[in-house]
Amino acid sequence: MTDTASNTLALPIRPFLRPLLQRLAPFVGTPLNVALSLLLLWLILRVGWLLLDWAVVNAALLPAKPETCAATTGACWSFVIAKSGQILFGIYPPAERWRAGLVCVLILTTLVASARPSSWRPWLGFAWVAMMALVLWLMGGGFGLSRVPTSSWGGLPVTLILTVFAIGLGFPMAILLALGRRSGLPVVRTLSVLVIETIRGLPLLSLLFVASILLPLLLPEALLPDKFVRALLALTIFAAAYLAEVIRGGLQAIPSGQSEAAKALGLGYWNTQRLIILPQAIRIVIPALTNTIIVMIKNTSLVLVVGLFDLISSGKAALSDPDWPAPSTETFLFIGLIYFALAFSFARFADFLERSGMEKRG
Amino acid sequence: MTETITSSAPVAAIRIENLGKSYGDFEALKNVNLIVAEGERIVICGPSGSGKSTLIRSINRLEEHQIGRILVDGTELTNDLKGIEKIRSEVGMVFQHFNLFPHLTILENCTLAPIWVRKLPRAEAEEIAMRFLHKVRIPEQANKYPGQLSGGQQQRVAIARALCMKPRIMLFDEPTSALDPEMIKEVLDTMIELADEGMTMLCVTHEMGFAQAVADRVVFMDRGQIVEQNEPMAFFSSPQNERTKLFLSQILGH
Ligand SMILES: Nc1ncnc2c1ncn2[C@@H]1O[C@H](COP(=O)(O)OP(=O)(O)OP(=O)(O)O)[C@@H](O)[C@H]1O
Ligand SMILES: [Mg+2]
Repeated sequence: MTDTASNTLALPIRPFLRPLLQRLAPFVGTPLNVALSLLLLWLILRVGWLLLDWAVVNAALLPAKPETCAATTGACWSFVIAKSGQILFGIYPPAERWRAGLVCVLILTTLVASARPSSWRPWLGFAWVAMMALVLWLMGGGFGLSRVPTSSWGGLPVTLILTVFAIGLGFPMAILLALGRRSGLPVVRTLSVLVIETIRGLPLLSLLFVASILLPLLLPEALLPDKFVRALLALTIFAAAYLAEVIRGGLQAIPSGQSEAAKALGLGYWNTQRLIILPQAIRIVIPALTNTIIVMIKNTSLVLVVGLFDLISSGKAALSDPDWPAPSTETFLFIGLIYFALAFSFARFADFLERSGMEKRG
Repeated sequence: MTETITSSAPVAAIRIENLGKSYGDFEALKNVNLIVAEGERIVICGPSGSGKSTLIRSINRLEEHQIGRILVDGTELTNDLKGIEKIRSEVGMVFQHFNLFPHLTILENCTLAPIWVRKLPRAEAEEIAMRFLHKVRIPEQANKYPGQLSGGQQQRVAIARALCMKPRIMLFDEPTSALDPEMIKEVLDTMIELADEGMTMLCVTHEMGFAQAVADRVVFMDRGQIVEQNEPMAFFSSPQNERTKLFLSQILGH
């Protein structure tokens, strides 16, 4: 690969080499290109080797004991292995961790099962409601399971529950807000604008503080929802306000002829929106929706400031064990990987949806 | 000559009395009176901006009028939403730009309103839809999406979609003016067939051949008013009003 393009191409080349050389050609066109390519190649190899050295060659894996880590200069994966239960499930009672694990499996399975447009039938809505009820029972206990207060919930199930509930409840709210903002009724319109603009004007952090600190001061004890529920409410309306504006963008892109045609056929307002306008509007804004939803997945980590233990807080808690060195890089890489898997698979899913929608228009 | 037609029809399909509509200061319709008998075919023409669309869209209340009355099949158009939806389900409309639903197949476009407005079972709605798709001669396109059809085919689907609601009246707002010349005929043929079956039709169009072939009356509008109306032969051969003469000379002249 150190040959310049002209030299190499002059030689008789075996057919299978030709495509490879054609691909390399842009990297070796001029002497400057050759120099830059070599420099970058060296950098990539060097950094790659350092990473490999740290993450694999010198890494401490098993047995998952503090001593294993002490003996190495590389990554301390033994910590992540030994503490994986705590990182994933936080301060959830260890004996009941199977329940928290089951909750994660349940949520992820439902998500995957909902991915195919062909499964978007009314029963899917019921499946979701059933899933949510089951999740709350498994996590919180009662009816034969020991009770676990929300203050003891933690880790991945908290992140998943907050994400799925905030978006699952926020999305219908967002649709109503978006429709409300375009409503012909002044009261509805003003109210929607007020809600959207207020929520959008506030940072999520301040909303979480209002929900967790201010609300208890304002409401009598009996009316006050649980801290977890309050944080969830804050996340939900925050998601709703942002999603509403994204959806409104889609609604505005639909030509007025569509609703006129629906009206002319005798369809009422709700049927027109549900059957004609929203399916088209939402399809248009899938990229922007994806973006907002991915931001929301990551935003759930902010609940740690109001004392809920999501994945990041439980990782931090695990790191505070004095028996172990505190390999925070490894821990946060592990957590980062989970977030990445969630966000990336969602992005791929959205991409798939968008493309399956395009095929239809021919 | 309007009078004779009026008296021969006991309950008019459409009765428009002293209709007025303004956009701000601009009067789009002024003192419009029109009575359409059951089974009558009316062609409305006039220069651009004369209020033809506004008039025809007032009949199923896509536009709200401010002055006067509109009665469809004896029912007055008021703010009563249910009443309007009922009237709309009996008055079919075909638009200049087709306005098919692009995310639904041709068949779904045709069955949507029968299923959700008429509450027909899906199988029955599909049977009716296929019958009308046959009628407009595109049953083989039933499972395609509107974007995969030519303009003329799309407009014929739009006609079939309206017919699936079994309307008593059909409104057409320049149904062929967005079409390439070679597709105009296929749409007009469909409309002529419909007229021959006795459908009550109001059609805004500048296709004078169509007007001569099927219209019982041609109505000429200018500046928000009905300036002149007559049966097609008389309308084209001896227009009375200066503005009508000017308009006809412009569209027939070249
Ligand atoms: N939403 C509106 N706001 C303000 N003015 C309007 C509106 N809709 C229509 N108009 C005006 O009302 C007048 C009549 O419009 P209309 O669409 O009925 O004309 P038309 O006879 O159908 O013309 P064309 O042949 O161009 O379709 C026009 O001058 C138009 O500018
Ligand atoms: Mg018009």
